[in-house]
Amino acid sequence: MMSKFILITGRTAKQGEALHKGKDSDEYRQATGFVEMSRPDRERLGVEEGRHVRVRTAFGEAELELRENDLPEGMIFVPMGPMANALIGSETRGTGMPDSKGLEAEVEPL
Amino acid sequence: MIGIINGEVYDPQNGINGQVRDIWIEDGKTVSGESVDRAGAEIIDASGLVVMPGGVDIHSHIVGAKVNAGRKFRPEDHRDHVRSRTAVTRSGSGYTVPSTFLTGYGYAEMGYTTVMEAATAPLVARHTHEELEDTPMLDKGAFITMGNNHFIMKCIRDGQREKARHYVAWLLGATKGYAIKIVNPGGVENWKWGQNVGELDDEVIGFGVTPRQIITTLAWINDELGLPHLPHIHGINLGQSGNARTTVETIEALEGRRAHFCHLQFLSYGGEPGKRVRSGAAELARAVNEHPNITVDVGQVIFGEATTMTSDGPLQYRLHRLTGNKWLNDDVEGETGGGVVPIQYKRSNPINAVQWLIGLELFLLIDDPWRVFLTTDHPNAGPFFCYPQVIKLLMDRDYRAEMLQGINRRARRSALLAELDREYSLYEIAIVTRAGTARSLGLQNKGHLGVGADADVTIYSKLDDKEAMFAKPHMVLKDGQIVVRDGRIVREHQGRTLYVAPPYDPGIEADLRTHFEECYTISFDNYPVAPEYLSRSEVIPCA
Amino acid sequence: MRVENVVCPFCGCLCDDIVAEVEDNRITAVKEVCSSGRSFFLNARTEATRPTVDGKEVEWPEGIDAAARILTDSACPLIYGLSSTASEAQRKAVALADVLGASIDTTSSVCHGPTTIGIQNQGEPTCTLGEIKHRADLVVFWGCNPAEAHMRHFARYSVSARGKLTPQGRRDRTVVVVDVRPTASSRKADFFLQVRPGSDYEVLTALRALLKDETLEVTEVGGVSVAQLADLLERMKGCRFGVIFFGMGVTQTGGKHLNIAELLALVAELNAYTRFTAMAMRGHGNVAGADCVLTWQTGYPFAVNFARGYPQYNPGEFTAVDMLGHQEADAALIIASDPIAHFPRRAADQLRRIPTIVLDPEVNLTTQEAQVVLPTAIYGVSAAGTAYRMDNVPLPLKKVVDSPQPTDEQVLDWIIERVKT
Repeated sequence: MMSKFILITGRTAKQGEALHKGKDSDEYRQATGFVEMSRPDRERLGVEEGRHVRVRTAFGEAELELRENDLPEGMIFVPMGPMANALIGSETRGTGMPDSKGLEAEVEPL
Repeated sequence: MIGIINGEVYDPQNGINGQVRDIWIEDGKTVSGESVDRAGAEIIDASGLVVMPGGVDIHSHIVGAKVNAGRKFRPEDHRDHVRSRTAVTRSGSGYTVPSTFLTGYGYAEMGYTTVMEAATAPLVARHTHEELEDTPMLDKGAFITMGNNHFIMKCIRDGQREKARHYVAWLLGATKGYAIKIVNPGGVENWKWGQNVGELDDEVIGFGVTPRQIITTLAWINDELGLPHLPHIHGINLGQSGNARTTVETIEALEGRRAHFCHLQFLSYGGEPGKRVRSGAAELARAVNEHPNITVDVGQVIFGEATTMTSDGPLQYRLHRLTGNKWLNDDVEGETGGGVVPIQYKRSNPINAVQWLIGLELFLLIDDPWRVFLTTDHPNAGPFFCYPQVIKLLMDRDYRAEMLQGINRRARRSALLAELDREYSLYEIAIVTRAGTARSLGLQNKGHLGVGADADVTIYSKLDDKEAMFAKPHMVLKDGQIVVRDGRIVREHQGRTLYVAPPYDPGIEADLRTHFEECYTISFDNYPVAPEYLSRSEVIPCA
Repeated sequence: MRVENVVCPFCGCLCDDIVAEVEDNRITAVKEVCSSGRSFFLNARTEATRPTVDGKEVEWPEGIDAAARILTDSACPLIYGLSSTASEAQRKAVALADVLGASIDTTSSVCHGPTTIGIQNQGEPTCTLGEIKHRADLVVFWGCNPAEAHMRHFARYSVSARGKLTPQGRRDRTVVVVDVRPTASSRKADFFLQVRPGSDYEVLTALRALLKDETLEVTEVGGVSVAQLADLLERMKGCRFGVIFFGMGVTQTGGKHLNIAELLALVAELNAYTRFTAMAMRGHGNVAGADCVLTWQTGYPFAVNFARGYPQYNPGEFTAVDMLGHQEADAALIIASDPIAHFPRRAADQLRRIPTIVLDPEVNLTTQEAQVVLPTAIYGVSAAGTAYRMDNVPLPLKKVVDSPQPTDEQVLDWIIERVKT
């Protein structure tokens, strides 16, 4: 079962802290390898927190640990990093800036 | 050892007016012809050519936070004015806001060898010095804005001008600055409240001091410290109709103390406040003529593109509202502010036409060329690339009359300029572009070719078209090295940053630390610019 | 040994009140830092590392040689990054690009590049951070989350900081957060306006319309009620000194630079009523410096190309994601940045395909895939230099510990010299 969402990416304190420990460190992987959604969305998806899900956009997909957070329904958040970048396209529409927020995404349980 | 022989020399500081003289150079300085061993000398035959000291620009906005913000937000200024790299030079772009390499090369190719950056906020002086390092060819210095400085205003309020004096001495050394710059004193602080000042005795919000007090205190400090230059003043009400009155009042407020008034054209407007601007040049010229303690630079308007950029925050906002052009504003904590707005000066525009007239009238009505200097307040009234055009306007009254025909008809009809016949001689041009500016700046080794001067020499072809003559010198030497031939750079050169370091009472540090805690968002210890930022420098002594 | 007034160069706050304890050339403790800053200083390495070429350790001359050869062999080299190195190195990078006829771009292009484009259209009423601390009684955070990304910003500059006209700190300010979702920052605000993703442009336009006393024929814009917008606008008009801090929430979505142009236009128009300013929340510690250096040396702040012998500027053409995504760059020199970690996959894949040189103190995802890795000293830790804060105030970075590694500036000098011969 797939649910459609709007994907937001961004910085977090933990990601900022972890990147100094090395981008191949466990801390960094944990700090950048998750996706957050609201409780009602998670329950509709039927996946427990801590389990992995597949997030897919028109540009790629990533397997991320699912977490709950205070988000509007229909929105997911992934911290900036290599996992988020698998989901972002390189088309910049002449600005240099790829579309990094507000992308359409699908989430399915693994 | 270099000998520039048989040239027609114009060295006004030494009274040489076109006589044929030889100039001898050794180790970057001019030396006496007598002590010279001519055998090994490189001889430059300047027969039939004009020889002058290198140009000294007393007021130009070329580096630092404000200038760079102007560059960044005007890519349209750069695209059509580019410079390709060569084996000896870097590339660059820009016309009214050229990149730093282009600035250095552009000035040098015009025969200028020393340029003063007109306004640097002390908090960001480090930025100015980084850019000066990337401005080749020229000797340079930076004026430090102080007219809206919180520490100074507090000292004035508390009747502690001795403390302010030590602060200014410390500040100049900490910022590696050259002179005291005053911009719309009190007005820029009031702009942080959305207001301005309009009279010399208006109050500065939160301090209760007045523009008059700020100016007279800083002029007193300038004298006490024996600084080589004079306090450099951008007066109140710049750009506003009727401001000639407050400009004259400001001159009188100095009560004989020496000062320099910059871009006087913008402060010489007659007419009623809020009404159509008229020329106040006659009034200002009379005031300058009657006050021998004052030097001025004109800030001549050039028709075409310009970029206004000053520390005068409220002025820049006004220009934005007036023109509708995009607007940068930057308020600097505890010190100053400023802004940038692009502008176009059009012949057909009645106001621009009057502005153009005023500048020329000032040049022609002020009697003493040692006290009136050639600038365009680059890039506020026009780009420095256009200085040769101004020289031609001053030297060639037919050309002037021709240009006059092309300006707005109403402005032309009542123009005083039409009656002014005077033509500047080469000697006078040498004064207003180098000998006089160097003297006002207190640079003893610049602006002349006497023994001991820095060997900055420009050799021009004698052309009837004075614009062409001054646009492309035959040769330029900097510190005794040939750097320009036929108007092009042949050798890159790193100039020196000139600054002052007057002594101060180290006991002031406790007050400074307290002030920093209260006022700034950076540490006192991180504020001063370390000497390492200046790869080549020279401390100019105070009296 | 105690070192005071250390500048933390990690983020655009450039806090310069850090105190470091150093023993045996190691930083053992840091005070006055946030958690990212602490991590930055305490994880800084000082042991000697040699360059590698194709994974094999080599001596420095060989590493420089290999780098120079890659660059001179390429037809369309790209120099990218620069946001976590000192201005002295940034200046060398531009010199190298000039000599090579290369493209040079900074992390601005995926961060506040749209802000620069907006400023080029519209201008920018701004100020230094001290003005905010002392005067601002209305502080708006639009599309940014300082509580996570600029963690001492509130305390040092914008929310709880105590200033001359704001002696009670937080109590003297109204804080508004505009974002698409609740964040750690919105939880600290007096008002939170939750906007629908991608609708910042409409919301900003609506505010401008209300400012011009237009009547809106709708009841909500972008998920925000017109009543809320009208209230926000009244607060903006009525404050003593206002500011909008803005971030990736408006540069990376929808209208991008058009969002920023609207925001800046609104701020400019508010100055008819009161003093109002805007400030971009610059992410990396010296990305503001990268903008400054490229601008003063070339005329343009990012997306610069020297192929014709003079600087050209074109975001969308010479920006790194485009040069890589369109497979135009055939060699890359990455300085103080990790694009393989931060670029869209397609652009990162091109970096994997082409010969890549990296100057960086750390092992990161880009160094792991590069042909030539030149490990350099860490700016602000083992290399002194200059960095520019988010409000463009330049600060002197200290060398707190020694390192056997050369600085970025030194390595770029070597490469320039080698390329020229």
